[in-house]
Amino acid sequence: MNPFSLAAINFAWLPILPLIAVTIGAMVVLLAGVRMADDESEGLGWLALATLGVAFVLALGQVGQTGFAFGGALAVDGFSAFFQLAILITAAFTILMSLDYASDNHLAGAEYYSLLLFSTVGMMLMAAAGDLVVIFLGLETMSIAVYVLAGMRRRDPRSNEAAIKYFLLGAFSTGFLLYGIALIYGATGSIKLDVIRTALSGSMTSNSLLRLGLAMLLVGFGFKVAAVPFHMWAPDVYEGAPTPITAFMAVGVKLGAFAGFVRIFLVGFLPISGQWSSALWVLAVLTMTTGNVIAVVQTNIKRMLAYSAIAHAGYVLVGMIAASAEGGAAVLYYLLAYAFTTLGAFGIVVALERRQLAGDLIADYRGLSTRSPALAAAMAVFLLSFTGVPPLAGFMGKFYIFSAALRQGYTYLVVIAVVNSVIAAFYYISVIVAMYMEEGGVEPVRMTRRPALVAAIGLSAIATVLVGVYPAPYMTAAQNAFNSALGEAAMRAASLNQ
Amino acid sequence: MQSGILTALVFFPLLGAIFVLMLNDERATWNSAFVFSLVPLAISFYLFAAFDSREPGYQFVEQYSWIPQFGISYHLGIDGISLLLAVLTTILISLSLLYSAGGDIEERPRAFCFFLLVLETGLLGALLAVDLFLFYVFWEVMLIPMYFLIGIWGHGRKIYAAVKFVLFTMVGSFLMLVAIIYLVLAARQALGRLSFDLPLLYQVPLSETEARWLFAGFALAFAIKVPMWPVHTWLPDAHSEAPTAGSVILAGIMLKMGTYGFVRFAIPLFPAVAVQAVPLFLALAVVGIVYGALLAMNQPDLKRLVAYSSVSHLGFVMLGIFALNPQGLVGAIYQMLNHGISTGALFLLVGMLYLRRHTREIAEFGGLWKSIPIYASIFMFTMLSSVGLPGLNGFIGEFLIMVGTFLRSWPAAAFAVSGIILGALYLLWTYERVMFGPITHAVNATIRDLTGREIAVMVPLMALMLFMGLYPAPLISRMQPSVERMLAGVRIEQVRLEQRAHRRVAVAPLNRPHNPALETASVQ
Repeated sequence: MNPFSLAAINFAWLPILPLIAVTIGAMVVLLAGVRMADDESEGLGWLALATLGVAFVLALGQVGQTGFAFGGALAVDGFSAFFQLAILITAAFTILMSLDYASDNHLAGAEYYSLLLFSTVGMMLMAAAGDLVVIFLGLETMSIAVYVLAGMRRRDPRSNEAAIKYFLLGAFSTGFLLYGIALIYGATGSIKLDVIRTALSGSMTSNSLLRLGLAMLLVGFGFKVAAVPFHMWAPDVYEGAPTPITAFMAVGVKLGAFAGFVRIFLVGFLPISGQWSSALWVLAVLTMTTGNVIAVVQTNIKRMLAYSAIAHAGYVLVGMIAASAEGGAAVLYYLLAYAFTTLGAFGIVVALERRQLAGDLIADYRGLSTRSPALAAAMAVFLLSFTGVPPLAGFMGKFYIFSAALRQGYTYLVVIAVVNSVIAAFYYISVIVAMYMEEGGVEPVRMTRRPALVAAIGLSAIATVLVGVYPAPYMTAAQNAFNSALGEAAMRAASLNQ
Repeated sequence: MQSGILTALVFFPLLGAIFVLMLNDERATWNSAFVFSLVPLAISFYLFAAFDSREPGYQFVEQYSWIPQFGISYHLGIDGISLLLAVLTTILISLSLLYSAGGDIEERPRAFCFFLLVLETGLLGALLAVDLFLFYVFWEVMLIPMYFLIGIWGHGRKIYAAVKFVLFTMVGSFLMLVAIIYLVLAARQALGRLSFDLPLLYQVPLSETEARWLFAGFALAFAIKVPMWPVHTWLPDAHSEAPTAGSVILAGIMLKMGTYGFVRFAIPLFPAVAVQAVPLFLALAVVGIVYGALLAMNQPDLKRLVAYSSVSHLGFVMLGIFALNPQGLVGAIYQMLNHGISTGALFLLVGMLYLRRHTREIAEFGGLWKSIPIYASIFMFTMLSSVGLPGLNGFIGEFLIMVGTFLRSWPAAAFAVSGIILGALYLLWTYERVMFGPITHAVNATIRDLTGREIAVMVPLMALMLFMGLYPAPLISRMQPSVERMLAGVRIEQVRLEQRAHRRVAVAPLNRPHNPALETASVQ
């Protein structure tokens, strides 16, 4: 298929239809909720959900298409479609978890749901970015909305602290990112990823400006994906934010940030992977090890999941270090598996939380299997998937990542990752111990009154099992997605060379 | 050609597990779980009967593409090595359910049946998998239900035991996963495509260092499961805290997964390393035999005694395997079955005693012969089978192992024999302390003898002990061709090793003085 077909008809808004849909939806939700009381926000949630549904259908229509808009600033390809679909699902699950939560906690519905949608737009924009400035725009759109969302529980000091901390460190990291982009522009003469790639595969391979730019970009993305040592904010913010937003940050923000990260490093900077892979190697080892080791001693489940999310970012970095088509596909597959598992686990946390924020201690999970066997079983599935027990999604993801890295000869790295998996087993298993082998704990909420939450948890559980038991189609999707991003850039690079 | 009978065997228990979850009535739960376990039992018996004992390769093969991106297929098959272990699995699971329903498990019977049936799927799947990836999946799947069985229905420090069990096993498994992936990637270079299919992987050419590391990865995972000394420390804890059915399955089948792993994977995949590793493994096995026996002798707790005796008995199995000859290997597989039956029966008997007295301290008993004669007789029979009395199953296995070991290394055999003697010693001594003498505790005079259900659990096991002791031919004939085939690669490596040793001895010292070229060179 002619890659320029969409751009050629000069219908620049066609590739961005899903983005437009979500943006309009966000504005409608904001306006519709102006006069609404905080605890009547459920309708707005459904409206937001409908918006996401429309965007999902539109994004689905772009699967298999390739094209560019705005002079190459936006790329519509398998990669953007893959991430946009995953991001839309994440946002939808977050809203399903929020419907009761938001009204119970008197969160301002209009702001809550519209910010969620705006943040989704930012993430989707990063997935479709064709140049560095669009990645920056997407990142900021996503981040600013999430800063506010993290502080939505206004009367809770922990929530306030989370918002401030996230905002300050987020702004700091943005500075790094922007500086990095400027340096890359200085070194290569372009902000367009494919032009950069062409320049880098040519004569200009080593340059101190370029290296400094790379380092800055690494720091910026390191903050966003909470890689160690740029992770300090994550546990506090995850703990303080409203729990559905924590899920959204742990999954959506990571999807968006990694979409940009992968686009820049695995597509744009692929020719010079030798220059950044060793830095990423150190980052990956630190991230996995620190995340897992500190997670072991956590008593609060949200903090535990925060450190576990940090560790999982480390595994994703292992896939990126592989710097191959297989590694890229593995990263995409891993993120998908991680998304469902994490969403489900946070769904359970939402289900167990009461209004006064009891129920987020691991001790509160004691005896859950006798009081609420279905919840406990679902949580066990998520935890085992995190641990990497086959045939669940998390295991398949690890398997994919490990084989990609081994194939590139990173045996030590994989062995470190494996040792980490064993450490991780320790704290995941400890929650299962609490649920199944100890007595006591807090009464869970009545699930029968929360069908939306049940749906979110149930769907996550089904997806976690399905993506693991029958991984072939998702692997194909991930491969196609990554190859289309790679192929597109390569093709365009070739045409520019002529 | 693809009959689907192996799939039925593996997944019928899972179906049963899901069905059981939907029941509310306790009685119905036990009954249906038992009935569901009878179907795989019947299938495995059918497979035993229909098995062609002249054919060394896999039979009843099923293969479907599963994850084409990695050349992973759903590939099941059964050969003479896995056939009998599969039969053992279905028998022990059914008997465990039958026993547990009789009052041993009162808490959460639904979940218990669920986990036990899932465990059966994991065990059978691991035995039948011909694809390395599929094997790994089942290998891990069987870990989780056992963890729950110990952690929920166990006694004493059950959580400690369960977590220790999981973590020990996971260290091995994850490293094995790395080895598996590495092996497959190496195979890709040789074959030009990714494949996890076992018969293909047997032929992968590897450098000596690679093979050594990969063998280590596999061997560690299996050695932990066996458990070999010195990675056996999880076993006594897991065993003594687990519920009776858990101990039966753990000792009866799960430990065999370790030894089976050596036979099926570690040795035939890396025959050259295996041949070189023989002295190490023979030594470890002998240490395990003697160490396990000595510790068993000093246990005041009946269940821990049986647990440590397992370390010793599994040492024999490892000895037979690393004799790396048909006698030893057939004996090892035979002994795997024996240990499953005899030790399973011993654990059941200890469980029955515990149910009556709520203690397993040997000092609490004495003179039971008079008060519960049926129990005492069955105990005697089982113990004699475990000791290796000729005419019962244990003898055949031990004899074959000793023959095999003797052919390989007579010092190892000599040391191992002391294990047999120690085994007889501590078991007979235990029997004496528990069964004979005066009744020292008044309660022991009034405890009731075995119920009909308990006798029904024990009779099939005793029948097997007798049958396997008197008429081993049908079992051995089914194993032999597959064992020979499994050892084909090893034999080539042995010959190669001997030739190399020969050359070094024969060529190097003789050459120098009689080489005229060299002499002239030195003169000039």
